[in-house]
Amino acid sequence: MITESTIPLFVALPLAGAFLTVLLKKIKGIPDTFGVMVTIGTFVMSIFAVLQLEIGQKVICNVGNWGGFQEVLGKIVGIQLVVDGLTAFMLVVVNFIAFLVAVYSVNYMTRYTEKWQFYSLFLLMLAGMNGVLITGDMFNLFVFVEIASIASYALVAFGTGKRELEASFKYAIMGGIASLLILLGVIFLYSNTGTLNMADMTRILAGGDHPALLYFVFALFLTGFGLKAALVPFHAWLPDAHPSAPAPISAMLSGVLIKALGVYVIVRIFYTVFGFTHEISLVLMTMGAISMGVGALVALRQWDLKRLLAYSSISQVGFIMLGFGIGTPLAILGALFHLFNHSMFKSLLFLDSGAIEYEAHTRDLKEMGGLAKKMPVTNGTTIIGAMSLAGIPPFAGFWSKLIIIVAAVQANHMKLAAWAVLMSIVTIAYVLKAIRFAFLGELKKQFANIT
Amino acid sequence: MSKEHDRGMTISVKPGTRLTVGLIFLFGIYIILHGHLTPGGGFAGGVIVALSFINLDLAFGGEVSARIFAKGSTSVVEAFGGIMFLALALLGLQWGGFFDNFLHPDGEPGMLISAGIIPLENIAISLKVGAGLFAIFLTLIALQKFESEKK
Repeated sequence: MITESTIPLFVALPLAGAFLTVLLKKIKGIPDTFGVMVTIGTFVMSIFAVLQLEIGQKVICNVGNWGGFQEVLGKIVGIQLVVDGLTAFMLVVVNFIAFLVAVYSVNYMTRYTEKWQFYSLFLLMLAGMNGVLITGDMFNLFVFVEIASIASYALVAFGTGKRELEASFKYAIMGGIASLLILLGVIFLYSNTGTLNMADMTRILAGGDHPALLYFVFALFLTGFGLKAALVPFHAWLPDAHPSAPAPISAMLSGVLIKALGVYVIVRIFYTVFGFTHEISLVLMTMGAISMGVGALVALRQWDLKRLLAYSSISQVGFIMLGFGIGTPLAILGALFHLFNHSMFKSLLFLDSGAIEYEAHTRDLKEMGGLAKKMPVTNGTTIIGAMSLAGIPPFAGFWSKLIIIVAAVQANHMKLAAWAVLMSIVTIAYVLKAIRFAFLGELKKQFANIT
Repeated sequence: MSKEHDRGMTISVKPGTRLTVGLIFLFGIYIILHGHLTPGGGFAGGVIVALSFINLDLAFGGEVSARIFAKGSTSVVEAFGGIMFLALALLGLQWGGFFDNFLHPDGEPGMLISAGIIPLENIAISLKVGAGLFAIFLTLIALQKFESEKK
């Protein structure tokens, strides 16, 4: 099933869905049908990719059949699409969340007008993310990052209220700066190595010692993709952009977009292209630890439910980057596991926050209260997601955090391990705050007629 | 003064636009069709074709181009361009791979009908880019009209 000719379908299927949605928008039910069918299709394909890929195996697709011309003057000139283990894993995460979000949106997006625009942009964003995951070419990577980012700018502004537009504008400016830095980095790399193919670049960079220019490229990529991943010095857009989007898009942005465009690309570039060195490890660990702390401590002070969850995303991405920064096999396992868990529970929590907003028409925790009696299912799923986020033992979030902390101890980073434990405790505090004010306590009388 | 001169720019601009707008449009078509031979291609040609419509609007006021090319059809044309591009790419899967040039793999330098699917993809891109740019322009003038009516 996962062969050379099925790899491009991860991008082609959502793209076709997006364009056909626009063409056939007049027919009732078409946007919903295409949204759900396309995401279920890519999800099933990603499952096949994971099942059929053997360890260490790479499936490569030469776009335009340029494989025959591969060695022009000793350089690979064609664009390659590559599916390896990490890609297949990320494809499952992205497409699974996208499928759930598409199903959720069928009902939720009826609040907004022009549903076809939503599904068209949503599928374009999915095409961009899948493209980022499967590409094996630096410039192609930049193009797909732009597709996904531009679709997400429009989706953040989908409510077209004052706050949404402001958040989207801020996000677009920050994203534009990030793209500029990434493009500059790609240009410098190309001038230095003479190739854009990642595998080729790895081979050339592994040969010689790193010239000084390469460290500048490190900084450019770390800033650019750090902006996309919302690591702490570059996080300012996220707490505005994620809460302003409609709830399914918040789930998509916080659950997978920052990971596909940020974390995955940082890992792909710094692990496979540049090779993992001590300096990179130090930088990633430091940024992870700072993100973890700042995100968690600021989340404590938030009264807007979705804003609290957005800051929590910054904190949890810090955990993931810490795991990748430590760089031992156990730490990478923990980081990947936490990446998967965070996608699941953060998307769940954002969808729950959407359900609360749908019924209670507010996101302010001070105005909520006692919703457990009126919304038992949402209450249950929120508690499950929140407990996983906080790291309470039987839930998955506990085990992934445990693996990261154990790996930190094994690698002799005692202070980092202690910091991670402390931040987990802070996580419990803000999660309990959200549950206490939203679901427990007296039922406010304006919510008495919720059924 | 006839009704036509109430809107748009002054009388010296209008005859000039009348004379040049067709040439600009044809030049855009030329750039698109010669995309595989000379610099330019679908993107640049699509922009030039869209500019010829925009030129009409600038000289004669906001509604002239709408009579030729309605606003609702821009998104349809744009989506059609996208679908056409993707369909050509996917058709390649039948013969050898994604984006495989299945029509005429070996182009002849300087010949208009050569290079296989590349001219067709240029046409698809020009539809998408031209309609997209024109839609952006129409949205901007609609927004400006809305704001000036509010004042």
